[in-house]
Amino acid sequence: MDALLDSLVELIRRTSAEIPEDVHRAILSSLEQEKQGTIAESALKIIDRNIALARQKSQPICQDTGSIIFYVEAPMGFDQLAFEHTCRLAVTAATRKGYLRQNSVDSLTGVNDGTNVGPGSPTIHIHQHASPTVSVRLILKGGGCENVGAQYSLPNEKLHANRDLDGCRRVILDAVLQAQGKGCGPGILGVCIGGDRATGYELSKQQFLRFLDDRNPDSRLDALEQDILTTSNALGIGPMGFGGKTTLLGVKICAANRLPASFFVSISYMCWAYRRQGIELDPGFAISRWLY
Amino acid sequence: MTRLQTPLTEAAVRSLHVGDEVYLSGVVFTGRDAVHKYLHEGGQLPEGVSFRDGVIYHCGPVVMKDSSGNWVVTAAGPTTSIREEPYQAQIIRDFGVRAVIGKGGMGEQTLAACREYGCVYLHAIGGAAQVLAECVRKVRGVSFLEKFGSPEAIWELEVVDFPAVVTIDAHGNSRHRDVLASSQAALARLL
Repeated sequence: MDALLDSLVELIRRTSAEIPEDVHRAILSSLEQEKQGTIAESALKIIDRNIALARQKSQPICQDTGSIIFYVEAPMGFDQLAFEHTCRLAVTAATRKGYLRQNSVDSLTGVNDGTNVGPGSPTIHIHQHASPTVSVRLILKGGGCENVGAQYSLPNEKLHANRDLDGCRRVILDAVLQAQGKGCGPGILGVCIGGDRATGYELSKQQFLRFLDDRNPDSRLDALEQDILTTSNALGIGPMGFGGKTTLLGVKICAANRLPASFFVSISYMCWAYRRQGIELDPGFAISRWLY
Repeated sequence: MTRLQTPLTEAAVRSLHVGDEVYLSGVVFTGRDAVHKYLHEGGQLPEGVSFRDGVIYHCGPVVMKDSSGNWVVTAAGPTTSIREEPYQAQIIRDFGVRAVIGKGGMGEQTLAACREYGCVYLHAIGGAAQVLAECVRKVRGVSFLEKFGSPEAIWELEVVDFPAVVTIDAHGNSRHRDVLASSQAALARLL
């Protein structure tokens, strides 16, 4: 499994150090929109310089290298146990090399053993698919943006949010308002309408696997995504909450069935340091293609 | 652009206003969740560490050892400050802190302590770990490395031209309070 180990360490390195191109394009376009001479513009200039520096030095874009979440698609017969074992070795190796911060703490004792491996870390989702290839996607999601995620249960009387799309819009915009400053904006929202509490959050996070400039094939969700984006950017929250025109870079929404009794809207927030990459592996587990 | 040099005087701090962009040079101490809770509960700073007229940086850096065994900071952006809100005012008062660097702003208690004791909140750019690590020229020391782990330890760092924005000043002003109010009003119109 040496080739797999090398491939996974390289996936972690690149995810931590290099912002995906679709995200970089969105940041550059927001830089153009901010007024010259404002602190919003200066913040985005520092962000852009940081992106270049991290890539050039092969160092983490952000020191909070985040929750380590792997999404794997593999054919029937794929050895999941061996894969998961190698994944954990790769995380430990990447931490030793400084691609990842020593970032995983025992919740009961407060001890950080410096390996980034423990119960729940890394998180590995493996799904079988009807293709002979193995693909591995990775998201590193920092704690600042994770902390501003929110889950609403509709109806919500305080926000005048009923069990309909307008109600969803109201709670999503409330989450944007509450997140201001704290989640390292401009941010990206991943949202799931419906599901149970756990799958709702999980599916909201999976929205971050989408390209930033894609469009939702469901026209109702597409309209809601565009509306939330435009409305959020009219709130004047701006980069870092300094005030300005760019509050969000993108909004991605999915829907899942719910129970008649439940109506959750689960919102995950991703910071501008949107670390997401993916690889396709050849039969010898070398990287055959980058997915973003 | 205003240049600040540690140790900070009360006069220098009181001359700053919300919206000022600053370059800070001198010494800063990292301190985040574990350190704030520890000091709040009556814990003492290690010998040789003093925050008086100094700067606390809400940051959990990535720190590596180079081939000669020296510490090198390889990533060092700010962490979210609001988690320290229950503790910060007391620590500003008891330890004579003149500036707190972080991100996301702080609340009313810190705002009041800044005004009363002459302290400012400097907002660094969240996520800009490389730009900010380049400003760190030397690691002068580390405390509580074993006790709290690397991200939560107190790292004593020499910085040069560390960029930040004053978002809470010593005059009772807060950019965070202002933007929250204006964005709430804007949302009410757009709903």
